[in-house]
Amino acid sequence: MNNGNAMERLYNGLIKENPTFVLMLGMCPTLAVTTSAMNGLGMGLTTMVVLALSNMMISMLRNIIPDKVRIPAFIVVIASFVTMVELLLEGFIPALYDALGLYIPLIVVNCIILGRAESYASKNPVLPSLFDGIGMGLGFSFALTCIGAVRELLGAGEIFGLHIMPDSYVPCAIFIMAPGAFFVLAALTAVQNKIRISGEKKGKDMSKIQSGCSEDCMNCNEKGCSHRFYGEGKESEQK
Amino acid sequence: MIKDLLIILVSSSLVNNVVLSQFLGLCPFLGVSKKTNTAAGMGVAVIFVITLASAVSGVVYKFILEKFDVTYLQTIVFILVIAALVQFVEMFLKKFMPPLYQALGVYLPLITTNCAVLGIALTNVQKKYGILTGIVNGFATAVGFTVAIVILAGIREKMEYNDIPESFKGMPIVLVTAGLMAIAFCGFSGLL
Repeated sequence: MNNGNAMERLYNGLIKENPTFVLMLGMCPTLAVTTSAMNGLGMGLTTMVVLALSNMMISMLRNIIPDKVRIPAFIVVIASFVTMVELLLEGFIPALYDALGLYIPLIVVNCIILGRAESYASKNPVLPSLFDGIGMGLGFSFALTCIGAVRELLGAGEIFGLHIMPDSYVPCAIFIMAPGAFFVLAALTAVQNKIRISGEKKGKDMSKIQSGCSEDCMNCNEKGCSHRFYGEGKESEQK
Repeated sequence: MIKDLLIILVSSSLVNNVVLSQFLGLCPFLGVSKKTNTAAGMGVAVIFVITLASAVSGVVYKFILEKFDVTYLQTIVFILVIAALVQFVEMFLKKFMPPLYQALGVYLPLITTNCAVLGIALTNVQKKYGILTGIVNGFATAVGFTVAIVILAGIREKMEYNDIPESFKGMPIVLVTAGLMAIAFCGFSGLL
């Protein structure tokens, strides 16, 4: 593998297929932990470590794991890494561990990780998979930090704990609370819709940008949706 | 004892609503809320699975993980137990209760990926709930999910006829609705 390929994977994860802004995957942690830029960054980096390691491990095991039980096998690999990361965080960065709380073990069910395992790591060699994991993880961290920064700025007038807004600004605390997360994400998806609509008018291929399952899950045919991985897995089990 | 359980019932279903304040189970909340009756079906399936899963994971935690002092394996064990449980429930319903399977079957595979189920199993452990308390907590949380998804579906059905700006069509307007509902649910925090 040459350098160009690694850069291509990083670029792909960070910009072209950004898991949050383009693919709209892993929405639960995106909304829950982005109360401040710091928490968003912490969650993003934690996810990145798990994603890179699990991608690497699954890519190494890709010829050994039988196709029928691949989903449970992936989940066990991911859950093991999550447990390791959780114990490390508890031991070395207790402040972050307390801030993220329940959402660290819930990285297991983050659809980005299972999605990348299924669609990339199980088909590609080790090094590209590792870089794919790092790229996707960086993209996720970038997105979470941005959302966290916006919410922190509007809700507390700070970014990374530094006062930015003038003193006359009255923070609207709702942006740090639960409803604010929904509003920020709504604005984000509206911008995304706008870009897609204007792109389609110019005749560009915008099929990469996904709506994040606003439609009926049962007839969902978006490739990012974790439901489809399970559905496919079950069909092949029945055969 | 009864009083404690009642407090858990109210706080888990309304005050700390699972989707609107903890953001667990967001995917089915946004994905299966287009029609009121499918939303209600999903809600019932979630109540069924979460109650069962909190019972099973409570038993596993108490009699296997704690007994052999391997509680650090809880995440791995719970996710496998839940995935296996959902598969078993599906097979069991298919074989013995076809009418119920017809009603809930399509929702069951969706629930495996639902982070609410794992989230509740872990919350029960974190808050050191016993098995019975854990089951009540699971049930209450799932009821909260059902209330939220049915309300959202009702609003979305009405919204079909509204004139929405083009870029807000689909996901964004649903999120705005969810945000407004979250504000409304904030009002419950005065209850306890």
